[in-house]
Amino acid sequence: MSVQTASMPRIDLPTLSPLAFRVWQRNRDVYLNIWRAEVVWPLVDPLITLIALGIGLGDFVELPVEQSYIQFIAPGLLAAFPMWMAAGETGWGSFFRMENHRTFDAIMATPATIDDVVTGEILWASTRACISVVYILVLAVAFGAVDSVLAVFVLPIAFLPGLMFGSISLCWTSMARSISQLNYFFAAFITPQFWLSGVFFPLSELPGWVQVVAWFTPAKHAVDVYRGLVAGDMEVGHLGDIAWMVVVTAIFYCIAVFAMRKRLVK
Amino acid sequence: MEPSIITANDLVKRYGDCTAVDGISFSVARGECFGILGPNGAGKTTTIRMISCLSPVTSGELSVDGMQAHLKERRIKSILGVVPQEDNLDPDLSVRQNLRAYSRYFNMPADVAAERIDEVLELMQLSAKGKDRIDELSGGLKRRLTIARGLINQPKILVLDEPTTGLDPQARHLVWQKLRLLRQQGVTILLTTHYMEEASHLCDRVVILNKGKVIAEGDPKGMIARYAGRDVVEIQAEGEERAAVLRRVEAIDGVTVEEVADLLYVYVRGGNGFDVSALNLDEERIVQRRANLEDVFLMLTGRGLEDDE
Repeated sequence: MSVQTASMPRIDLPTLSPLAFRVWQRNRDVYLNIWRAEVVWPLVDPLITLIALGIGLGDFVELPVEQSYIQFIAPGLLAAFPMWMAAGETGWGSFFRMENHRTFDAIMATPATIDDVVTGEILWASTRACISVVYILVLAVAFGAVDSVLAVFVLPIAFLPGLMFGSISLCWTSMARSISQLNYFFAAFITPQFWLSGVFFPLSELPGWVQVVAWFTPAKHAVDVYRGLVAGDMEVGHLGDIAWMVVVTAIFYCIAVFAMRKRLVK
Repeated sequence: MEPSIITANDLVKRYGDCTAVDGISFSVARGECFGILGPNGAGKTTTIRMISCLSPVTSGELSVDGMQAHLKERRIKSILGVVPQEDNLDPDLSVRQNLRAYSRYFNMPADVAAERIDEVLELMQLSAKGKDRIDELSGGLKRRLTIARGLINQPKILVLDEPTTGLDPQARHLVWQKLRLLRQQGVTILLTTHYMEEASHLCDRVVILNKGKVIAEGDPKGMIARYAGRDVVEIQAEGEERAAVLRRVEAIDGVTVEEVADLLYVYVRGGNGFDVSALNLDEERIVQRRANLEDVFLMLTGRGLEDDE
């Protein structure tokens, strides 16, 4: 028998196992218990935004393209609100499960590992984003803001930005010491993206350097892809947006796994 | 099959400069109830976290059911039932849902899980509580549910970290009764506790840890006989009376005395015993009783509070 020396830092890549799906199922069960309370915000927020900005403010807006304002913001909202859902789920949601309810500890005492917990949490965050996308898509169709049948492809693609925002948010959560530290992330990262990623006005209206900065923001790429699908106007560049999101998701997923191992496996 | 189900050899756990477990060795036999005792901070929880593959071993050997702890994490965890010190039941799920969610981590199919959930609820006398929310349960019920959850996968080893801390006497005795029942059914039980009464009630063998090291090991009866003897006389005496008692005691064979604040503990190991009536002291200031594991524990780990931070 060999004597183990485990002082070397753990740098194994994340391990994917079907047990991550078990973590997802746990979150789904909770959602099905409390869905009545959870259903209101993701539905009402986009509805009010479509009415207030799309119809109300939209009357005063003249766009450089042949589009009503509600048609312009609808694909943006498909990116913006689900971003909040996914980031919120692995932000406040994961933090509560980890620190207040000690749910992660309970799961890790079974054959599931911290890698499974991280993967399951991010999968669930993305699921929440997709549920939100369905709501908004239905609303957008009802308001006549969808031009193309290509818009049905929003749903399968929506899983990707969901994973991306879930991963990024969980990275921050893995380093947050208190729930209030999460607020920095949402104030400094999520809220600016909500307003400044081309959801409410074309980024081409802003100075060139802003557009360069915008390229580095995750939401911008989701908005661009959705804009193409909803308008039925897909370009090769959209593949670049998707590739951008895949790479960023992979990077932040790995960081989330490493950081959570460091935090919880001691 | 080797007789030991858990073997630790020179096991060490360090956190930075702090050594929580400092080269301990012990083994747990199949089917026995094994207790890890020690004051707070002795390394009890760290030890069972390593056994549960929740905490990587810094150095030394640790094998569980023939598997090396650092190599077979998932396999080992699949044969363990872990009952943590701090209740971490899922408050967002009902009692049954808690057990169902847990059973899934062991890849248990729904129909098997449903049967198993009925069994563990019945065993822990929780059958009527299946639909209850977790925050509706008392501390004792929560602890029983946590044990039920630990049994969902029919574990070979049940690992409990201070299973009755914070429970009222009724709840504590019920938990003890259930643990004895499980042991009769052949489940190996590993528990930590700082209640010596609990260890005496339940454990076939114990180790006492202090500052990360094993300082004593054995079966509770044998340890009492070895370290504390048969009887204990507690005498409250000061000044001249105290000196008189001490002189008398020192003259008797097979008797030792320990002085603690205003009390004298006289340990009677054998011989002709110790005749308290000859002391001419108030009866109220003398307590005669059998020696117990707590005497051993205090003798070995110290009565002072010098270790408190």
